Amino acid sequence: MKKLSARRRHPLAAVVVLLLALAATGGLYAAFAPADKAQADETAQSLAIEEGKKLYTVGCASCHGTGGQGTSDGPSLVGVGSAAVDFQVGTGRMPAQQPGAQMPKKPVIYSQAEIDQLAAYVASLGPGPVTPTESQYSPEGADIANGGVLFRTNCAQCHNFTGAGGALTDGKYAPNLEGVSAKHLYEAMQTGPQNMPSFPDTTMPEQEKRDIIAYVQNVNSGDTATPGGLSLGGLGPVSEGLFAWVFGMGALIATAIWVAAHTAKAKKS
Amino acid sequence: MSSQDIPEESPSSEQDHAHGAVAVKDPFADPGLPAHRPRVQDIDERAAKRSERTVALLFTVSMLATVAFIASYVVFPVDKIVYIWPFGHVSALNFALGLTLGLALFCIGAGAVHWARTLMSDEERVDERHPVEAAPEVKAKVMADFAAGAEESGFGRRKLIRNTLFGALAMVPLSGVVLLRDLGPLPEDKLRHTLWAAGKQLINMNTNEPLRPEDVSVGSLTFAMPEGLSEHDHSFQTEIAKAALMIVRIQPEDIKDRRELEWSHEGIVAFSKICTHVGCPISLYEQQTHHVLCPCHQSTFDLSDGARVIFGPAGHALPQLRIGVNDEGFLEALGDFEEPVGPSFWERG
Amino acid sequence: MSTANDKRKAPAGERVADWADGRLGIYSLAKANMRKIFPDHWSFMLGEVALYSFIIIILTGVYLTLFFHPSMNEVEYHGSYVPMQGVLMSEAYASTLDISFDVRGGLLIRQIHHWAALIFLAAMMVHMMRVFFTGAFRKPREINWLFGFLLFVLGMFTGFTGYSLPDDLLSGTGVRFMQGAILSVPVVGTYLSMFLFGGEFPGGDIVARFYSIHILLLPGIMLGLLVAHLILVFYHKHTQFAGPGRTNKNVVGMPLLPIYMAKAGGFFFLVFGIIAIISAIATINPIWALGPYRPDQVSTNAQPDWYMGFSEGLIRVMPGWEVNLWGHTLVLGVFIPLVIFPLVLASIAVYPFIESWVTGDKREHHILDRPRNAPTRTAFGVAWLTWYFVLLVGGGNDLWATHFHLSINAITWFVRIFFFAGPVLAFIITKRICMGLQRRDRDKVLHGRESGIIKRLPHGEFVEVHEPLTQEALHTLTSHYQYTPAEVGPTVDENGVERKVSRIERLRARLSKAYYGRDNQVAKPTVEEYKEITSGHGHH
Repeated sequence: MKKLSARRRHPLAAVVVLLLALAATGGLYAAFAPADKAQADETAQSLAIEEGKKLYTVGCASCHGTGGQGTSDGPSLVGVGSAAVDFQVGTGRMPAQQPGAQMPKKPVIYSQAEIDQLAAYVASLGPGPVTPTESQYSPEGADIANGGVLFRTNCAQCHNFTGAGGALTDGKYAPNLEGVSAKHLYEAMQTGPQNMPSFPDTTMPEQEKRDIIAYVQNVNSGDTATPGGLSLGGLGPVSEGLFAWVFGMGALIATAIWVAAHTAKAKKS
Repeated sequence: MSSQDIPEESPSSEQDHAHGAVAVKDPFADPGLPAHRPRVQDIDERAAKRSERTVALLFTVSMLATVAFIASYVVFPVDKIVYIWPFGHVSALNFALGLTLGLALFCIGAGAVHWARTLMSDEERVDERHPVEAAPEVKAKVMADFAAGAEESGFGRRKLIRNTLFGALAMVPLSGVVLLRDLGPLPEDKLRHTLWAAGKQLINMNTNEPLRPEDVSVGSLTFAMPEGLSEHDHSFQTEIAKAALMIVRIQPEDIKDRRELEWSHEGIVAFSKICTHVGCPISLYEQQTHHVLCPCHQSTFDLSDGARVIFGPAGHALPQLRIGVNDEGFLEALGDFEEPVGPSFWERG
Repeated sequence: MSTANDKRKAPAGERVADWADGRLGIYSLAKANMRKIFPDHWSFMLGEVALYSFIIIILTGVYLTLFFHPSMNEVEYHGSYVPMQGVLMSEAYASTLDISFDVRGGLLIRQIHHWAALIFLAAMMVHMMRVFFTGAFRKPREINWLFGFLLFVLGMFTGFTGYSLPDDLLSGTGVRFMQGAILSVPVVGTYLSMFLFGGEFPGGDIVARFYSIHILLLPGIMLGLLVAHLILVFYHKHTQFAGPGRTNKNVVGMPLLPIYMAKAGGFFFLVFGIIAIISAIATINPIWALGPYRPDQVSTNAQPDWYMGFSEGLIRVMPGWEVNLWGHTLVLGVFIPLVIFPLVLASIAVYPFIESWVTGDKREHHILDRPRNAPTRTAFGVAWLTWYFVLLVGGGNDLWATHFHLSINAITWFVRIFFFAGPVLAFIITKRICMGLQRRDRDKVLHGRESGIIKRLPHGEFVEVHEPLTQEALHTLTSHYQYTPAEVGPTVDENGVERKVSRIERLRARLSKAYYGRDNQVAKPTVEEYKEITSGHGHH
């Protein structure tokens, strides 16, 4: 203890204190940061278990109106079709937790059976895009290269070259497409969720959607080959520049310090 | 600046000594270079030997790494992908070559530096500096030489020679400038026209088929090019750079701009896809707000209000293409854009 | 030769050296330089990082030219990268794919080339800042400062042209931006664009033209400047920090042979090794994921490499001003950033000349300043860096938005405000910090170092023991020179005749006061002050 207090005026004391403070802040943050998963599970329990309309009345009607006609808090669901429900509920975007610029992806709280029941109910309100079957969205045998061309024409402007996502106006954003299922990709193109425009079969036929899905799954999945090493998020020059400064210059300066430092002297006496 | 600008107090470099003369003993005086203190290696031959072995080991590792580099080059196929944590699914060849090359180089450097740091003399030495400025007599000699040379040339006296030489030297680079003329054609009105013309159908870029009004639903986004243009055309890149078209459908009652509504077909509006700021293909369409954002510099346009600029650095609205439907029921242009598409320029007016 | 009479023959090495000396005069050259002294400090090696990465770039660049086809002819791709099969692309793009996927080691060399380029520019910037904050740009090194600055600017453009060569969707978007910026130039914009691109954008010439600029014109000029830069470093001898035995008239350190041969030579291999390892583990510019350039396609996250990021920031945050007059358009929204771009750079480049005008100091300076001892200069430098960084934030505003869950519009507004406010705040804060540090140095000199040892005096008072500094430390902390502010001087001469004081002269006096006035630097302790305090009880 005595030793410690004697060293508190040491030139390096400030650095040590700073490091400790940083570590403490980080630790506290890690300890108290909201645990998303636990909360979601709780909501899952508190939210409905019923079927069809019953599910709707409990989970959706407060914003979308009792008959799906829409309110000031949520758009009309007449004519959005079962595909939209399957996408919105199946990716956890609906039911929404709170109003905001955009409804984020969350853990799904309905079972697929419940989602299907909800979708059937909403589809009965008015005709709209129907939940696709596997033969429609399966990327099996699709043309990846053509998918790439289509992706760069129709999708990359918002979702980035390989679907890493990007910013839109006023806090809205196009999400990262990694890990999104083929079915949900298909439904998103078909229905245009939230602010995303739709790409209906009349302008982008089924086959082309499959090509796009094949491309996305090829270039943006956990198994995507990044021959050059770390992909750095696939975000382009900004993350590359950051890496060059932090790790490149960091390593080089550390080396320079070693090269120029005086070698330890022999202890006196 | 004249020399009187130097502060009076400006010390000669002997200032330190002058200071020392005032006080009997100047506590701030330069004590001179500290005495050299030996390193372990200087006094302990065993430590020196250890350093020697470390350096030799580093050089040896470098040799082995080069052998490994050559072996990797031969062994790994160019398309072999392996999973290496935490780097991901990387090319085995790139990874192996990079690491072995890096190691081979790094070890040479590390060995050399360790050698210098531990075994070469670390006694600090002193070099004297000499002022850059020449001594006055040198300067005087140079000036005299120059004056003599200038005088002998008659450059100052024979003004005719001097002036014509200047003239000739000034003119000769003009040939080089003139030669640059054929770098490209003159602008003329090239930036004012696109491939669009009355009667040209709107071809869906995805399907290469002409578009029908019923294909385009509210909330959808479609890109089109003029009929007759093909990706295989030699001039495709240059033409599509001006002609690229973005088509959306808005409920007619939501269209705020009267001209936009007039130029649309049942709410189907066709705008240039080329941003009016610096020409990025703008197309980040938000179907609920009808805003379209440019991914390059964030200019934001309101497609429901004549595509006017609502944010960002663009200076004017996106040009709209007037469209209608032909006898076969396909969407067609009713003329070219009425203003130049893409970035503004001086002659745009 | 005097050795002609000697019986024994000189060793082979010596004979070769004799041969060379007879033709090149290498002995005289070596006499002056072989044991040349270089001071040891890590920050003196930053320029070496830049130099070595430049050499690495040249070596790898030559290799890449063996495989790269600078042509915009459209071809259909049938190489080994599956997601591009049958896609139409330029030969430039296709050959870059081949380098990445079919040439063994090609990807590694490409990545080394690009990583080295990013590090080259970063190292030049850090090196430049080291020179700036230590005042190493002062006489006699102003010209070398300019050479270095030119190297940085040329490096930016060499980087930009190189980044554009693969003709991928990202770099093509950058070229489009450049073309749009050129179009905004009043009167001649359209002509410049047509001449540069050989017609309308994108045409079929730009890659080949950028190629000769990237591999020949700009690197050629840079090589010349680099040699001049290094010759001047040798000629001026390196600067050094103040310390015992180190004066303005000497240079203390280690000799070139052998220490710096080994250290600097070894450092080249260290730099090369580190960059090679980075290139083994981290992807840079994966053009295969970006796709070939088409003027009707784009991706979000469209940014230039970091060194062009501040210009991207300028253009992103500029309001869209456009003036139409007499049938002509003045595209201020693009042209103003185009003009500010060189001004941002020039503002740091001209600083040494402003400072030397304010101080009126004509002496040579070989002892470096500690940044705190030049508060105004340091504050200016930090203000400039803040300016630069704010613009970099603007250039990456979309990524700030997605990664920090902010609105892109809010970030743009932040940058617009801090473009003006940031440098001012940074200036004020930095200057205060510097003054504080100067005061701390003064206290240290006068009262010694706080030892952390608490002593209880006989009457119960607790005091902290201060250890007096060594003479070495005292000298180091007090050896810097402090200017006194320049005065306009009497406006009336001894005969009562009024002297005209020019506005420039007044400005200089005012600036000089802002630099060196009473409130803008802390007077360093004098010998008298020191004696007065130390003759007492030593510590309080």
